[in-house]
Amino acid sequence: MAVATETPFHVLAVDDSLPDRKLIERLLKTSSFQVTTVDSGSKALQFLGLHDEESPVSVHADQLDVAVNLIITDYCMPGMTGYDLLKKIKESSSLRDIPVVIMSSENIPSRINRCLEEGADEFFLKPVRLSDMSKLKPHILKSRCKEHYHQEQHQQIDSNSNESSNPTNNSSNSRKRKAADDEILPQTNRLRHS
Amino acid sequence: MQDANLRYPEIGISEVSLTFGGKIGYLDEQFCQVEDLQDEASPNFAEEVVTLFFKDSARLMSNIELALEKYPKDFNRWDAYMQQLKGSCSSIGASRMKCEFMSFRDYCGQGNVEGCMRSFQKVKREHTVLRQKLETYFQLLRQAGPAGAATRPVM
Repeated sequence: MAVATETPFHVLAVDDSLPDRKLIERLLKTSSFQVTTVDSGSKALQFLGLHDEESPVSVHADQLDVAVNLIITDYCMPGMTGYDLLKKIKESSSLRDIPVVIMSSENIPSRINRCLEEGADEFFLKPVRLSDMSKLKPHILKSRCKEHYHQEQHQQIDSNSNESSNPTNNSSNSRKRKAADDEILPQTNRLRHS
Repeated sequence: MQDANLRYPEIGISEVSLTFGGKIGYLDEQFCQVEDLQDEASPNFAEEVVTLFFKDSARLMSNIELALEKYPKDFNRWDAYMQQLKGSCSSIGASRMKCEFMSFRDYCGQGNVEGCMRSFQKVKREHTVLRQKLETYFQLLRQAGPAGAATRPVM
């Protein structure tokens, strides 16, 4: 079945190494993702609308200029490690549903397990390859299903008469993109019901 | 997948080292992966990444040099700094440098300062040689122009 052309998914890539940032950006763009790169965990949090100096603030959809569909981060970074960043994201009610992928050049099982237990969706061993990119979209689609499901639940509680397949954005939890969500939601609806 | 060392015979990047009981070329398959990310829109991608790598690695190496001097016998710190450099090296496929990191780590584990120093000097030498070879490589590619690019083996 042909799928309507989608707005590309947006990935936030976090890595303190400049060559690695360039590489991951290229891998992502080649795989049709829209990419933003930052060189630290704290810059990532700033971009996402959180400030790590203060206690996490609930972010309204408006504060995020562009929705982020997935975060991919290096583990070893000075200051805030990828693990610390992961924790902050999972502690935030507005960001916790964004899938997070951790990258590391070291294959340390205890590190990998720790990240997965903290809620990371995937762990990539560096150097990351083009073939790894195909693992990202399933996580994004899964989280959008979850988000859509939560929105629907919320809607059902609010009203009984809404027959639209595009629930209105009344949840502060929403990371709805400004455009093209109408094309996406029916698709995830289909995925959920199939 | 084609062996990186067969891909670049003209530059001597295929030269092998008989250290570590085996043959290790200057570059491994990861470098091919990097080159394969090039297209018409990003024709110089590999060279750009390599340039960034050498800039970054020069900085990391001077950090290590400083640490070796300023923090005597701080093997944990030395190892951590080397790990950063190792990570960068594996991203572009610098296989000979990568191997030397293993020696360095062993020396750290043994608390062998002299061994660490020697190993680091080797890393520096490999780094210099690799830079020269890659500079030559990209120069030749530029001189060859589109015709040269067309005759290069394609994966």
